[in-house]
Amino acid sequence: MTLDLALFLLLALIAIASALGMLISRNTVYSALYLVLNFVTVAVFYLLLSAPFIAMVQITVYAGAIMVLFLFVIMLLGAEGLPKSEVLPWQKPLAIGLSVLLFAEAAYLLVTKSRPVGNVLPPAEAVNATENLQQLGIALFRDYLLPFEVVSILLLVAMVGAIVLTKKERKARQ
Amino acid sequence: MITDWTLWLEWFIKAAVLIFALLGGFAYLTYYERRALARMQTRVGPNRAGPFGLFQPIADAVKLIFKEELTPAKAYKFVFFLAPIITVVPSIVIAAVVPFGRSVNLFGREVNLYLANINVGVLYFMAIAAIAVYGIVLAGWASNSKYAMLGGLRSTAQMISYELSLGISLIPVILLGNSMSMVDIVEKQNGLWFVFLQPVGAVIFWIATLAEVNRAPFDMPEAEQELTAGYHAEYSGMKFALFFMAEYQKMIVICAVTAVFFFGGYLGPGVDRYPLLGPVYMFIKIFVLLFGMIWVRATWPRFRYDRLMTFGWKALVPLSLAIVFITATGILLAEQTNNPMWMWSIPVASVVAGLVPVVTIYQALRRLSYERA
Repeated sequence: MTLDLALFLLLALIAIASALGMLISRNTVYSALYLVLNFVTVAVFYLLLSAPFIAMVQITVYAGAIMVLFLFVIMLLGAEGLPKSEVLPWQKPLAIGLSVLLFAEAAYLLVTKSRPVGNVLPPAEAVNATENLQQLGIALFRDYLLPFEVVSILLLVAMVGAIVLTKKERKARQ
Repeated sequence: MITDWTLWLEWFIKAAVLIFALLGGFAYLTYYERRALARMQTRVGPNRAGPFGLFQPIADAVKLIFKEELTPAKAYKFVFFLAPIITVVPSIVIAAVVPFGRSVNLFGREVNLYLANINVGVLYFMAIAAIAVYGIVLAGWASNSKYAMLGGLRSTAQMISYELSLGISLIPVILLGNSMSMVDIVEKQNGLWFVFLQPVGAVIFWIATLAEVNRAPFDMPEAEQELTAGYHAEYSGMKFALFFMAEYQKMIVICAVTAVFFFGGYLGPGVDRYPLLGPVYMFIKIFVLLFGMIWVRATWPRFRYDRLMTFGWKALVPLSLAIVFITATGILLAEQTNNPMWMWSIPVASVVAGLVPVVTIYQALRRLSYERA
């Protein structure tokens, strides 16, 4: 067993355990912390695939910014403890049914559509080159300029929408 | 795969030296700060323990070790225990990418005076700084007390707001250095420090880092008069000392990073011939920048909270976006016309842009004082 494989197995174990912990934990703050751990593990996966840029962005954006906002809202609303009783009685069987469906679909696609492992791994020389970031920038702003702009407009719309919603609420209260 | 055990040994020694330097730096930074603050307030400061009070940090450490540690009965015990650790570790880990000099010949082998030169060094700094928020937030929450909670919430909002302008104000540095590796950025400043090319960026970065480390005038999370001690109100003994340690180590590391990004890092006269001068220049630059932080604390009163938010979102973020645009335009003009003199349009335009919020805030404050009178 190579070192990479051992690392991968260990990380996979941590990722699955933290994901499960997030679902099972009764305290919302602990759930959020498990999710942070999960994000950091995914970032280490990216490092393992020799993609340091995406790994750092993953930590900065997801673990750093988004999850801190989650924690902020949870603490501000004081929503740490969930009520013990089930709110929706049909929720559990539906969730189980849907997740079984999802797993079946994923397994089917994995079996029928998967390519040999060699193609999935990134070409290490291209990714590890010092010009990695420049290559990424050129790809984003030259080859994929239109999708990039569309995504940024989408984010802008979401931001403006959030501001509009909160503004209205404040006016109504006055 | 590295099988060379001497390389492992080299890394281990360098990491150990770095950690002990940070620990010693923390101890004597508290002494430095107390003496400097005392001078500015025409007091004497700690001068009893040893010559000039030089043993004061050791006495403080001994005191903190032997103090009783209290855990509030209704605290979330595990997170309460974890929070100081999460606060301290990032403050040490950031230092891994800070270059302290070029390579020197020690004991017959080339030794680089930095721990790691990764091609995403700037992003690494941002990522670890983002993680550092958690310790404070969790400390506030796990104490299960109102004051600590308010301190934690304040620090979250503040750090998220100022992290934006922190990140954006680094983009001009990346553009000017044409790299995200800290070593490349330092080498690009050979001859001209980036602070002269992008002075506004340096000021924004400086303000945002003050907010990131919760230093005065941005010390809302631990405002003594309002929140007793904010997020660490329930901590005592060594756990409190860890929060203290994290704050001062972050000060040191952030001054080192500022020196790397804007003040030419380890570069200085004679460093080409004697590479061992690099750490000396770094030390001098860190020392001067730390004095700036202490000076600010002695001079400025604390922000009001809503003004802190307004300042961050309505002044710093737009201004940092503007200087990104100005820097990119200047570099493009210099490249297209093959005339490096266009680079000087960057500082000129940046200062003009920087004057806009300054004048606006000044006039708003004046209007306010007229209304009051």
